[in-house]
Amino acid sequence: MKRAIPIYTVVEINLLFSIFSYQFMQNAIMATFLGGIACSIIGVFVVLLHMPFIGVAMSHAAFAGGLLGIWLGFDPVLGALLFSLTAAMVIGPLADRGELSPETSLGVIFSLMLGVAFLIIGLIPSTRSEALGLLWGSVLTVTRTDILLLAIVALIVVGLVVLFYKEVQATVFNRQIALAVGLPATAVLYAILFMTGATVTVSLNSIGGLLIFSLILNPAAAAYQLTYSMKKMFLLAATFGVASGWAGLLFSYLFNLPSGATIVITSSVIFAISTVFSPKRRIKKWRSVEN
Amino acid sequence: MPDIIIQIENAVVSYREDVALRDVSLAVASGEFVGVIGPNGAGKTTLLTIINGLGNLLSGNVTVLGKPVVRNGRNDLRKQVGYVAQIENIDPRMPMSVREVVMLGRYGLLGLFHRPSERDWEIVDDMLELVGMAHLAARPIGHLSGGEQQRTAIARCLAQQPKIFLLDEPTASLDWKAQTDILELVKRVHSEKRLTTLFVTHDLDALPHTCDRVVLMKEGMITGDGAPDSLITTENLSRLYDLPRDVIEARHPHIHRRGD
Repeated sequence: MKRAIPIYTVVEINLLFSIFSYQFMQNAIMATFLGGIACSIIGVFVVLLHMPFIGVAMSHAAFAGGLLGIWLGFDPVLGALLFSLTAAMVIGPLADRGELSPETSLGVIFSLMLGVAFLIIGLIPSTRSEALGLLWGSVLTVTRTDILLLAIVALIVVGLVVLFYKEVQATVFNRQIALAVGLPATAVLYAILFMTGATVTVSLNSIGGLLIFSLILNPAAAAYQLTYSMKKMFLLAATFGVASGWAGLLFSYLFNLPSGATIVITSSVIFAISTVFSPKRRIKKWRSVEN
Repeated sequence: MPDIIIQIENAVVSYREDVALRDVSLAVASGEFVGVIGPNGAGKTTLLTIINGLGNLLSGNVTVLGKPVVRNGRNDLRKQVGYVAQIENIDPRMPMSVREVVMLGRYGLLGLFHRPSERDWEIVDDMLELVGMAHLAARPIGHLSGGEQQRTAIARCLAQQPKIFLLDEPTASLDWKAQTDILELVKRVHSEKRLTTLFVTHDLDALPHTCDRVVLMKEGMITGDGAPDSLITTENLSRLYDLPRDVIEARHPHIHRRGD
């Protein structure tokens, strides 16, 4: 669909290119690139493992941990990492043993984390705006440190998927089968949960605890509509993730809108378009014809 | 005396308060075809899980292929044991083809960081041919019927080139035609490859008639073990399934006319 390039006037083109001249914009472009890749790859796991609640539970855990950091005066990123990795360690066995439905236990963790977060917000009298910053995030104020952390996590996420593609593919297809053919499926599941926690944590400053979930879910869900190849699903999801980030930034810049919101809405629109063009929507139809 | 490749001695397995296996002992020789029958909850699946090391052995000893089995201990054991379970709901949108799913069977053998080679894909294609699924190799895995799904599972298992073949209710919830096809396939695989096979089912009709030996299980214990003809009697089945003799006779009038 590359033909659909709108025709800009000279003024608009200048406006468009001025986006690159600001340091904060360069940072934002880097942050959405790295965050878009890491989040959407995590999203592929979330979609294929049928655990959409994982992202929500993790991001609220990270949010609560970040608030704890603000309250007690240490780095919010550290608090967020601590909480989201702890959440991963709790979710892992719950998902593994299947004693409760994973969605039920994730729901309990989610609401507990929300409760803890609100409790801490109540306990912080002065710096509420900083606290709310973790919830909404602001990609326009990301620092070099944020970008470095995002780069490290994005590199690890991509690296693990490339190096352990077989193990990852088998585990998301069916954990029991992966175990039965002699693959360390439990370790892979835990690694996925830990990387989800780490990704959510380093995205907290830029995307925010509330919005991160849609950047995890939407690009992967869009890719899921379009392909029957897992490799393509990873690539498409990452492309959609980065595209949502960059297009969202552009809209935010052009129309002076909050960047988190424009990124999330763009990713939702990409999902909606993918659904409309999905070849998979026709499965039911031609299956019923076939039978 | 043929080689004993599965040796279970006084195995006890328990899940929370339920005892799934009570003091079970069983020895299986290389190349044998053993049918394990019994009602639901008899411990049949648990018996298979202690053979491939996924079960929770409380006490007793299990030796498979000459080595002791420890829970979740040895991935290398599971690489040599093929396992086919009953059909599961596969996400119709799962982004994997039939051929890729069969390749999963090779993944354990390949080891970390190794990608499938040409040779691995050849083995996968041979196995798809063997189970009669070559024409559907490129199809998304979620678009298969129950019978096709089980053929794929068997191909995946064989791609593993296992020494032991475990089948856990592979024909459950399949229609008659698919059930017959899968039983034929299992028989053919056993006779061509002389693969040591354990076939678990609650449904006597789903037991391949070629099995050399039948093990009856009830309430976590082995209540009978021997040749099918001597063991599958109205008397034994009545006890096994807690059903009156006349009900058994009515349901299985062909029991004593096996092989005709």
